[in-house]
Amino acid sequence: MASHTITSRTPGVFYHRPSPDADPYVTEGASVSEGDTVGLVEVMKTFHEVKADAAGTVSRFLVENEDEVTIGQDLVELET
Amino acid sequence: MSILVRDPGLETTVQDTGRLGYYSIGFPPSGALDSFAYHVGNALVGNEPGAAALEAVYLGPTLEFTQATVIAVTGADIPAFVDGAEIPLWESVAVSAGSVLSFGQLRAGARPYVAVAGGIDVPLYYGSRSTYTLVGIGGFQGRALRAGDELAIGSDARDPRAGRRVDPDDVPVHPSTAEVHLLVGLHSYRLTEDSLARFTDTEWKVTPDANRVGYRFRGAELEFVPREQPFGAGSDPANVTDCGYPVGSVQVPGGVEPIVLLQDAVTGGGYATLGTVVSVDRDRLAQTKTGDKTRFVPVDLDGALSVRRDRHAALDRIRSALA
Repeated sequence: MASHTITSRTPGVFYHRPSPDADPYVTEGASVSEGDTVGLVEVMKTFHEVKADAAGTVSRFLVENEDEVTIGQDLVELET
Repeated sequence: MSILVRDPGLETTVQDTGRLGYYSIGFPPSGALDSFAYHVGNALVGNEPGAAALEAVYLGPTLEFTQATVIAVTGADIPAFVDGAEIPLWESVAVSAGSVLSFGQLRAGARPYVAVAGGIDVPLYYGSRSTYTLVGIGGFQGRALRAGDELAIGSDARDPRAGRRVDPDDVPVHPSTAEVHLLVGLHSYRLTEDSLARFTDTEWKVTPDANRVGYRFRGAELEFVPREQPFGAGSDPANVTDCGYPVGSVQVPGGVEPIVLLQDAVTGGGYATLGTVVSVDRDRLAQTKTGDKTRFVPVDLDGALSVRRDRHAALDRIRSALA
């Protein structure tokens, strides 16, 4: 099994879920297809969806909910 | 002749030199935040100085050109591609009918600008094509671009030509700690002496709340000189009786997280203005992003005017070289 890392395309604050009361987009162990949303980055009061750029199984999150992230920072690790 | 928006990027807007002359009735100017990158882009594609261009932030848009034209990408350091082949920044490039401009991951800076020969042809609103998204006026339908939008391109390019190139020495670098000059006042007396010194000594970090309205920073707490608030002022020690806010002015509500107001900001209010960023240095601020650092370097009025004069002279020199 190879691993693939989804990185952030914008700086901002990372969220696991679409809104505070909602379920997370994905959890560890979930399988995702390319193009699936795996999180949100909030910047400039707008929310930018983080999409999986490969298919695979979520092995772990590399940032915590509400962590500040930079461009190119590793967010989610997939087993592909 | 038009541009088809395939992917809008994050918050891409049409901007020009701004809607000047209405500040006194509460109308901020809008316009390109990085004025230098915007003006040089127009010079590269052979436009008149006020032609409208596209300002993007963090993520570049994906744009298709319906006819052959000349474009230039300036501002942030970001890989740009025409039909998948990387193109140089700060240089005019010919594109064919059906060509697609796209962008990679930002390397440095924050805002790329796309200038097109003839300019973006949206209606003038109060003398400007700049978008002011907060109230939905100007630009393309008063808003940021969306996928599927079709932008008309103007036909009055002065001298479109590919292969114009900015001297590498004139291309701004975007360090992760930007220095901007600050003219201290009018209400700097409201801060304690220690706090005013702390303000200019601190490396302030750009928070995620940083857009065309203003930039909010984190890094230190500031204290105000205790006083009984005057008539008309609010109870926050950062409050004064309402006054006008210069574009680029700095306020610190509650003594935490200073805010620099930019081109889409409110024109007045009741927070003490600690100082104002020199107008040409807003270009540098516009190229800082969330997580970058900024230092405010105090200057007096003569110093501020000299910074502005030098930057205008540099722009004139670059325009002559590209003519």
